[in-house]
Amino acid sequence: MRRAEIVTAVLMAAFSIYLMWKSAELPIGWIPDEGPGGGAFSFWLSAIMLVCCVLTMINWARRTTPPSQSTEPFMDGFARNKFVLVGGGVTVMIGLVHVIGMYGAIPLFMLYYIRFLGRHSWLVSLAISLSAPVAIFFFFDVALRIVLPKGYLEPLFYPLYDIFL
Amino acid sequence: MEIIQHLLDGFLIALTPLNLAVVIVGVVVGLFIGAMPGLGSVNGVAILLPMTFLVPPTSAIIFLAALYYGAMYGGAISSIMLGIPGASTAVATTFDGRPMALKGEADKALVGAALASFFGGTLSILLFTGFAPPLASIALDFGDAEIFALMLLAFATFVGLSGDDIPKTIFSICIGLVFSAVGLDIMSGEPRLVFFDVIGFMHGINFLVLAIGIYGIGEMLWTIEITRGESAMSKAVFSLRGILAHLKELLGTWKVATIGSLLGFFVGILPAAGATPGSLMAYGVAKLTSKNPASFGKGEVAGVVAPEAANNAASTGAMLPMLTLGIPGSPTTAILLGGMVIWGMVPGPTLFVDETEFVWGLIASLYVANFFAVLINIFFIPVFLWMLKMPFTVLAPVIFVLSLVGGFAPTQSMHDVWLMLAFGIGGYLMRKLDYPLAPAVLAIVLGPIAEPALRQSLLISNGDFTVFVTRPIAGPITVIALILLFLPLLKLIRDKVKNKKASGSA
Amino acid sequence: MKVTRRIILGCALTLGFGAALSTFVSGTALAWEPKKPVEFVIMAGQGGGADKMARLMQTLIEKNGWASKPLTPINKPGGSGAEALVHLQGKADSDPDHTIMVTLNSFYTTPLRQPGLGIDIATFTPIARMAEDTFLLWVNKDSGIGNMEEFAAAAKAAGKDWVMAGTGKLQEDQLLTDFLNASYGLEMKYVPYKGGGKVAKQLAGNHANSTVNNPSEQEGFFKAGTVVPLAAFTPTRLPLFPDAPTFRELGKDFVYFMQRSVVGAPGMSDDAAAYYQGLFAKVFASPEWQKYRTKKSLQGDLLQGQALKDYWLNEREIHRQMLEKMGAL
Repeated sequence: MRRAEIVTAVLMAAFSIYLMWKSAELPIGWIPDEGPGGGAFSFWLSAIMLVCCVLTMINWARRTTPPSQSTEPFMDGFARNKFVLVGGGVTVMIGLVHVIGMYGAIPLFMLYYIRFLGRHSWLVSLAISLSAPVAIFFFFDVALRIVLPKGYLEPLFYPLYDIFL
Repeated sequence: MEIIQHLLDGFLIALTPLNLAVVIVGVVVGLFIGAMPGLGSVNGVAILLPMTFLVPPTSAIIFLAALYYGAMYGGAISSIMLGIPGASTAVATTFDGRPMALKGEADKALVGAALASFFGGTLSILLFTGFAPPLASIALDFGDAEIFALMLLAFATFVGLSGDDIPKTIFSICIGLVFSAVGLDIMSGEPRLVFFDVIGFMHGINFLVLAIGIYGIGEMLWTIEITRGESAMSKAVFSLRGILAHLKELLGTWKVATIGSLLGFFVGILPAAGATPGSLMAYGVAKLTSKNPASFGKGEVAGVVAPEAANNAASTGAMLPMLTLGIPGSPTTAILLGGMVIWGMVPGPTLFVDETEFVWGLIASLYVANFFAVLINIFFIPVFLWMLKMPFTVLAPVIFVLSLVGGFAPTQSMHDVWLMLAFGIGGYLMRKLDYPLAPAVLAIVLGPIAEPALRQSLLISNGDFTVFVTRPIAGPITVIALILLFLPLLKLIRDKVKNKKASGSA
Repeated sequence: MKVTRRIILGCALTLGFGAALSTFVSGTALAWEPKKPVEFVIMAGQGGGADKMARLMQTLIEKNGWASKPLTPINKPGGSGAEALVHLQGKADSDPDHTIMVTLNSFYTTPLRQPGLGIDIATFTPIARMAEDTFLLWVNKDSGIGNMEEFAAAAKAAGKDWVMAGTGKLQEDQLLTDFLNASYGLEMKYVPYKGGGKVAKQLAGNHANSTVNNPSEQEGFFKAGTVVPLAAFTPTRLPLFPDAPTFRELGKDFVYFMQRSVVGAPGMSDDAAAYYQGLFAKVFASPEWQKYRTKKSLQGDLLQGQALKDYWLNEREIHRQMLEKMGAL
């Protein structure tokens, strides 16, 4: 935990500096008779962020905050395991949307989660994974006319469009 | 007495079978749209606008107004049950609604939210009915300086909102504000903070992307870790007896609900502000005036009642400038306004005279819609609670999928979905280190209103800061905001001095 | 068993027959029809003029059942429309036939001001110009100003303290403000806001001294007598505002419009373009659209195909010169 605290503070400080640099693409100073320039708002706020990161580092050095005193690991084995399995699963699902669309990625993800992470029966897993996309299709594509991405599966939906839209 | 006559005529219009049916359908549809993370009243009204051409304009606007109401009620549902604010108006509801659900008090929170919404809605319709024209002229008096002062006040009510770690809290506020600046700088017309020239940053960082990322994905990862992936989400049960028991406690919150409603209504009237600042301020005031401020954020029912009363009151309030001035008070009313223009009406000061039937039919139907919204909402609560009882390993993937779809729907761009994932994972890691995240979410909502208002007023005043103090309306607001901002600081210093003296004499 | 087999056989036959029928129908070269919902991009935010018009068109199409697949509107206001333009350009390779866009004058100015986007509007598919919105110069009634002479005198006296509110920076409203400043020798201060409605409110609340709103944005306040139109940026007087002279009448030869057009993705097939052109010609001819045009003082006839493309290229040149004069390029 202690190491994570300082690593995060340093990373965030670097991010603040990046934001300051990026804000400086627009004027960051005071324009006479007009007020602050276009980048001023974000530049000075990023500067405050940087100061806050430095203060966090000082607190870390003086061990005044709970995370800087904690000797527990930032993530134990269980947390790391779950983080990779769940976070990874969500990431893969979003990636798959580009290829096989929402209606391909969603059932796959749900099946993966409910059957393999949740260890529910195949019946339950399949029932939920397959009914969810149907509900989503009728709510979004049909009722609300928000057409969700279909990726390479698009041609399969042409008959559905003909019927429902 | 003319008003009462008009109102009675309005009820005759609102209670025709067609309009009544339209109200009920509108409320139900709105409830579900609002309950969906990512979709709020704006999306609902925009999407269903074309459908309204099947009915006469009066029924059409009644439908959309009912939907608006329904969505406002619905927003509380995902805030409480999933901890994901469905729309910016429901952010404040998550602060205490979510902890209540985790404590097994989801039923109390949901009933409280429904009743508070009803209360706020009704109170503001009464104000609307009685005082529409004079209030409209107040709204016109609000220029940029006043709007900025108001935003300052909204921020001030949130000082000390969460987090004991002051540098981390300030960091969170600032990062939210910086993210809110991404996109286009409207004052110079130049693209700003378009990271790595990725085109998706041009539309800015939508509030929902951050909120769904943090609350949908980040919060879920956190819950999975904390509960070790085992517990069900909620143990709440729904029974009539339970509701009656809660009712007693809820009646005790009438003061908070009244303050929230009034605040929401007045902030809602002001163009540009909308329901979100109103609900945030109501939460802040509820906490400030509470006898037990420490219980806020840990599942205090007043923390649900205040913002819910306010956001419903604000949604009615926002219709006031729309009807009387033709200026939308919130994004949703901007679309309603578009609808009215398409139906061939001229919203503005003459609408009350030219289209008496339309206006009073609408006002009367607001009473009706509010009544049905609370009934329908309470009717559905058992269904929502049943959903909460699903095993966590089923509920979690459902929430992830809803986050995915909800992150995509508002802008229909995959860029936002990836950004949402990044915020979710980043939020989860930072939360483990005690970085408070709620201030960032608030900042990204208020930033886009506050920054242009500040710069527009400075541009008009030739860069003179005194406008915020010398203008008759902006002045008092600024002063109150500054006092509220620095009060905790003064307290801190005084305590320190005292401590020193105490230790010195000892 | 037998029954099921018969059913399957029946289904197969029906399917086969259906397939044969559909090939037959498409074989007879029926006009092109969209295969899926058509993305209807709006190059501006929700609630603005372009948005209202887009949703009206969508509604008319839906109500009359003119299209076999729905138009699904989506707002892409990012970067003054830059995001919408890039989005359409990106469709050129993947699926140019199912994306169309409602556009306005940022169609010219945004690619000019952000050359890095690599957008050439000449490659976009012209579908229809549905209208041209008009501009007038407005002041609050409380100012007591009734004509251009008084306006010029008052604004000159106020110098830099004269506040002109407008939509966006380096866009239509500022071009008009620059014209007024140059031709009347004024120093009005231009303050940008996010949308026409907000601008109108600034004037009605006396937070700004003047605006150059579209009629639809000021209509409500005008009817209530809060604001007064002083002059119109049109070739002839507008029927709804007969007392406001044109700048031409006042001796300044200046005319400016806001286009309200529909454009298709670059690389759209001719068949698809013809389909959309037919669709929007129908919308244009509908009594509802014509009524809307009259009510909102819209001008500009229907322009399609090459004529629309020529119009765009001409307008782009005009805007290039204007922006160059302002030093914005």
